[in-house]
This record gives sequence, C-alpha cells and structure tokens, in this order.
Amino acid sequence: MNLKHFYAAAFAACFIIYGCGGSSEEKSVKDETPQQPVDESPASATTASDKGIGKFQNVELTHPLDEGMVKAGQQTYDVKCGSCHKLTDEKVVGPGWKGVTDRRTPEWIMNFVTNVDEMLEKDPEAQAMLEVCMVRMPNQNLKDDEARAVLEFMRKNDGKN
Amino acid sequence: MSLGAVVAFQSCKMKTTEAAVSGDAASKVYVAPGKYDEFYNFVSGGFSGQVSVYGLPSGRLLKVIPVFSQNPENGYGFNEETKPMLQTTHGYVPWDDQHHLALSQTNGEHDGRWLFANANNTPRVARIDLKTFKTVEILELPNSGGNHSSPFITENSEYIVGGTRFAVPIANQEAALTQASFKANFKSTVSFIAIDPNSGHMSVDFQVILPGMDLDLSRAGKGPSHGWFFFSTYNTEQANTLLEVNASQKDKDYIVAINWKKAQEYARAGKGKKMATEYYHNMLSEENHTATSEVVKEVLTLDPNELKDFVYLIPCPKSPHGCDVDPTGEYIVGSGKLAALIPVFAYQKITKAIADKAFEGDYYGIPVIKYEAALHGEVKKPGLGPLHTEFDGKGNAYTSFFVSSEVVKWSIKDLKVLDRVPTYYSIGHLMVPGGDTKKPYGKYVVAYNKITKDRYLPTGPELTQSAQLYSIDGDKMQLLLDYPTIGEPHYAQAILADKIKAQSAKIYDINANKHPYVSMGEKGTKVTREGNQVHVYMTAIRSHLTPDNIEGIQVGDEVYFHVTNLEQDWDVPHGFAIKHADNAELLVMPGETNTLKFVPKKPGVYPFYCTDFCSALHQEMQGYLRVSPKGSSVPLKWHTGKTDSAAAVATVR
Repeated sequence: MNLKHFYAAAFAACFIIYGCGGSSEEKSVKDETPQQPVDESPASATTASDKGIGKFQNVELTHPLDEGMVKAGQQTYDVKCGSCHKLTDEKVVGPGWKGVTDRRTPEWIMNFVTNVDEMLEKDPEAQAMLEVCMVRMPNQNLKDDEARAVLEFMRKNDGKN
Repeated sequence: MSLGAVVAFQSCKMKTTEAAVSGDAASKVYVAPGKYDEFYNFVSGGFSGQVSVYGLPSGRLLKVIPVFSQNPENGYGFNEETKPMLQTTHGYVPWDDQHHLALSQTNGEHDGRWLFANANNTPRVARIDLKTFKTVEILELPNSGGNHSSPFITENSEYIVGGTRFAVPIANQEAALTQASFKANFKSTVSFIAIDPNSGHMSVDFQVILPGMDLDLSRAGKGPSHGWFFFSTYNTEQANTLLEVNASQKDKDYIVAINWKKAQEYARAGKGKKMATEYYHNMLSEENHTATSEVVKEVLTLDPNELKDFVYLIPCPKSPHGCDVDPTGEYIVGSGKLAALIPVFAYQKITKAIADKAFEGDYYGIPVIKYEAALHGEVKKPGLGPLHTEFDGKGNAYTSFFVSSEVVKWSIKDLKVLDRVPTYYSIGHLMVPGGDTKKPYGKYVVAYNKITKDRYLPTGPELTQSAQLYSIDGDKMQLLLDYPTIGEPHYAQAILADKIKAQSAKIYDINANKHPYVSMGEKGTKVTREGNQVHVYMTAIRSHLTPDNIEGIQVGDEVYFHVTNLEQDWDVPHGFAIKHADNAELLVMPGETNTLKFVPKKPGVYPFYCTDFCSALHQEMQGYLRVSPKGSSVPLKWHTGKTDSAAAVATVR
C-alpha cells in the first residue's frame, strides 16, 4: 500500500511538472526518469476551485440532453464505473451518483474522472471524499469524449434536461 | 584465505578481491532511487527456463519473464489461457533449459520489438513481445536433438536459426547406439525460422540437413557477409559415447558456413524436399489474451549433397564454442574451447577460397576450405579455453576464457592482446551491450559466470550464479559490480532503455478485450452451468470481486473462474486465489481476463481472495464458494452486496 501510494505521489509530481510546462493535452507517456516528488504543501499547490484541477474549465451543457452521449455514457458506466458507484444515493465503494450533478460542477466531474491522481493529491473536495471512502478512485483512463458522455449519463440519472 | 589464493592464482597483479575494484566503481553503477538504468539487460535463465531482466549499470533485477517454465506466481502455464503455450508433440512440457537470446534487429541494430529465446532440451524457440514483456509465441522444431545453436538472428530479422546440439536420426526413427549406426543414421539439422516483419510470427521456412555432428553456437553475417550464417561444431569425430574424450580427438572441428540466401533461393525454386513431420506452433492472441496451438505437419528440407554450393566447412581448432562476427561483418572469430589460440577468419578470404576452390577435401560431400585460405590470423596465447567473443565497435574484441577465468581484450586488426581481467569465477558467455550488432553501444562488458564459490554469503550447497559488470570505456577494463542471477546465465542481450521504455504497455484496454469469457463490467458477471462445467464470469476492481458469494457448486464440478480486471490504471493487477486450488493462482493485469480451473474434491466452504495488495481495503477483497455433495439440490446462485446494479440501471432507461 505504501509503495503504491508512493508511486501515485511520484506520478502526481510528474503531472505537476507537465502542467508547469503549459501542456494542456493528455498526459502522454513519460519517457524520462521521474523526478523526485516535490514536497509541496497544500497551500502552495494550484488553488482549487469548484471546477477542480485539470484541463476542463468550461464545459458547455446541452439542452435537451444528447441521447447519443447518454447511451455511450451508460456503456462506459457499465464497464468502468458501475463496480463502485450505484445510480442511487447509496454509497458502496464510492458514492452513489444520485444528485452528483447538483453537488459538483460539470468541470469538476470531468476533471476528476480524467485527472484522478492530481485531483486526489490537491483538490480539497476530492481529498475529503477519499477520507470518507478510504479507497483511491482508480484512474480508469477515460478519454475526453468518454468523460463527457459519462457526465451526460449522470445528468440523465439526475433527471436533468 | 582461499579467496586470496584464488585471486593470486588468477593474476599476479591482483592481491585481493578488493584490489580489483578501484575507488570510483560505486559511483559508476549507482542509480539513485527513482532513477532509471541506462540499459535493459535480458539474461537467459538456464535451467530455470525463464528470462530475467536487469537494469544496467545497477544490476537491479526488474522482472523474470516466464517463457518455458510454468510460473505459479502469475499463473503462466497453469491458467487456461497460457496452457497451450507449453504444448508439444510429446505433451505438455512445463520446463526447459534456456540458453541464448536474440533481440530483433533492423539494419543490424536493435529495434526494440521482440526478444527471441531458445529451449535447449525440448527443441523450441519463443518470442517475447517487448511492449508487454510477455511470451507470445512458442514454436517447436522438428528433426532436432536439442536446440542449442539458437536463436541467433540476421541483421533485418529475416531469420532466427535453430541448430541441433545432438545429431539424431531424422524423423524420430530409432537407431542402434554404435558408431557405425551414428555415421549411417544420425544427422544434424539447422532450421531457418522466418520472422514475419510486421507481426513477428515465426515459421520454419526450411531445414538444412547436415552430416551428424554437434552444432554449438552461431552468428549471422552482417554488412558484406549478410546472407551467410556461421555455426561452430564439435564432435565431428561422430562419437556416441564418452564424448569428453572421444569428441576431442581431432585437431580441428569445423565452422559451418551456410549461404542462406542461396538456400532460400533453392527453397523458393521448389528444390527442397517436403518431409512429413509434426511440430507445435503456439501463439498468444493479443485480442483475447488466449493461446492456441496448431500442429504443423510438414517441413521443407534442403540437402547440401544434392543442392550444391551453399554449405562449406572451415576447419577450426579444438571443439569451437563461440563463432562470432565482428561489427563490420568482415571477421569471424572461432573460439576453440580446448585451444590455446583464437583463430580469426576473414569473410573476403572465405569467398575467395570458395571461388578458387581452395579446398582440402570434403566431409560427407561438403567442401572443406583450407584453414590457411580462410584465416585472417591467430591471436597467440590469449589464455586458456576461449569461449565467446563480443565487440565494442572500436576495433576491439573481448573474449571469455573459461579455464583461466578471465576476459581478454584484443585488437581485431593486429590480433594483439591489449588487456586482461580476472572473473570470479569460470566465465561462460560475455556480453557487450549491442556487441553482436553493427553498432555496439560499448561502455560495458558483462561476464556471466558459472561458479561463485565465496563471492556471496553462503546459502547451503546450492549457490547463486552471477554476472560481473566491467567498464570498457578506458584502455583498461575495470570491474564495477557483481550481481546474482536467476538459474544459470548463458548468453544475454542489452539494449538502450530508450529503445523500449516509451512503448511499454501500461494496461490492456478493457474495451478491446475479446476474451470469450470477459465480463464487460459487473453487469456482465454471472455463473452458468453446462453439465458439470461451471463458468464464473467474475470481475475484480479495488477492492471487491463480483460475484463474491457463489452457491450451488458440487463436488467434482469443473469450475472455471474467468476473472476480468476492470482497472484501467497502471500497476494495479489483481490476484485470485482459492483455498485448496491444486494448480496456481492468477495475477490479472488491468483490462485482462484470466481463467483458473478449480475442481473441488470435498464439500465445504472455500474462501477466495485477491493476492496482490491493491488498496487499503485489499484484505477485504475476498469471498466464498459453497461446495455441496454431488447431486445436491442447492440451486446455483451468486451475488455481491445486496443490490442488483442491473436493475438500478434499468430504471434509468
């Protein structure tokens, strides 16, 4: 466990470095020896906002819902998310999804599912959830369009239109 | 002090072991925590049957790749997916003796795509994919008595070869064990195994049938000699007993030179003979993570007595082992392991000798080139028992000496000995990173030793074997590091880490998983019964297995646990183990499906759990299988937790 946490920390540090390089693209395969983890206190970390930390700073919502995305989102949910998240408000491993689109901004949701490790290291809300769940949300390697589709499926689950 | 005595015996300059290591050795092999090594070093596992991966210069063990031996640690050879990998014409063979490795090449340089490995005992070659570091293909070789001179490779990976160590009667015939019978019935064969340039798939293109003798090592020509293959031989005396004495009678054995381009032309022109035979070809599919076996029924053979002018013999002193081609492709170094000199042959001289028919006779109809006509020169008194030579690309050669336990550096051009260092002890092969290619990386030479004696803390009668790393940057070789190895190290390869690390796979894409028993999410989990076969479609994710409660299994059922790891993050495998499993556990990579067969012998409740620590709640990643007596009326049922996710999803539609 400690070891894996260490790796996660090392990773997160890598991502910080990428971030400083101004790259807003997906984190590509790192091809250099990882840098030693930088000891950054939470205070010095990127200031978190209700949009979370990541490349999504302005997500345009569709009205009415895009049913194609809802369907694609449900498929991704079934394979990559459903093991830990119910569609009700019941918490199992992770919190139930009922009402998630009211609790979080669309940007926060998309940043969390695509940038899990950095969010768990630096975002106060994500860290608060980790203290509740005690299992780091796995990085399920969602592509941007998969993440967007999952958001649409969440909105459907919350009865949005 | 026995150590001091041994060292002093090796070289009068060395007073103690410590004296062999100068002050800055540590800094040259120190790779700081979290930093990467410069080279991947793939080392044959010898009698372990596996291949190990070390980092250089640190000597840190990174991985053991299961190749020819079962590996209960991750289920290789035990799980249903990989069992076919070890199938042969003589059934399931779960072990072997792995000696030599060859990295794939393009234009005479390592390209980082595949690693080929030989099995010495049950003749086989394997291909390891360097994206996943997994054994993905194993090909059995027909008409081989032991695949030792293998899997040496051509400069564009056109072929790897398999030369038989033991001459045997062709087509698995039996024959009397007398010398007369040997001469009449026993043959040596060289299989030319074509490598598909896109997929890497291996197939026996043709086989050259040679007179009975023992083929030892081999190298492909390169540059000007591209198109030729060279094999060292011993036992050209054709002894069938007490070879220690009887195969050491002649002053010279042979290096076999095969013009494979010409052989290929004969094969393409339909001039070979198709021989009925059987051999297994086992391949692991990337799509469904499952291996399948095909039995090939035919092999094309080429007889140098019928198809002339593509095989020649070059006399080489005293049971040669190494047969190594320098980076320019011009020089071929023979290493007579009982000789006190190293003959160096010149490719241009060999071709001229062939053109001039400078032959001293023939061996079963194959022309024998005059020794002097092929010779560039001899390295005089280099040491005792030369075995194997590699090159630094700067005109220098490095030869291992088993009997005198040393590495000797010499100049190819003028055949002068330049430097020598002791090894601890009894070096076999050595390896310069890239030393068998057109462009060696140089920098180091690694000695792979057969004996360690007092080098490490004692561990009872069985001691570790080891490698020793020397710097070859300067004029003098410098010992930097000892590191223990698994099994027995024979040959090895090393490649710049930059050529591999960026392509290393992190996960298997779950959406690309075509395993017939995959569970695409927990929604896809179920348990089905077909007669006495029960299939459990199970998922694993931090940190639960679904289903984790299963009832309705009966004694004698064949239960197949098909475990799909739903994780899509790097370095998050899940294990699967069930109490009293008599085969192995599973170690399932992210996005992969593996299957464990379990046949419960007694009624009871069988706990199962994840064996790879995955999260803070790893210890909770467990479940139960209820096994009832045969004929019980307990219905088949399964679940995880209390709610039905399928039902919840359905409400959304």
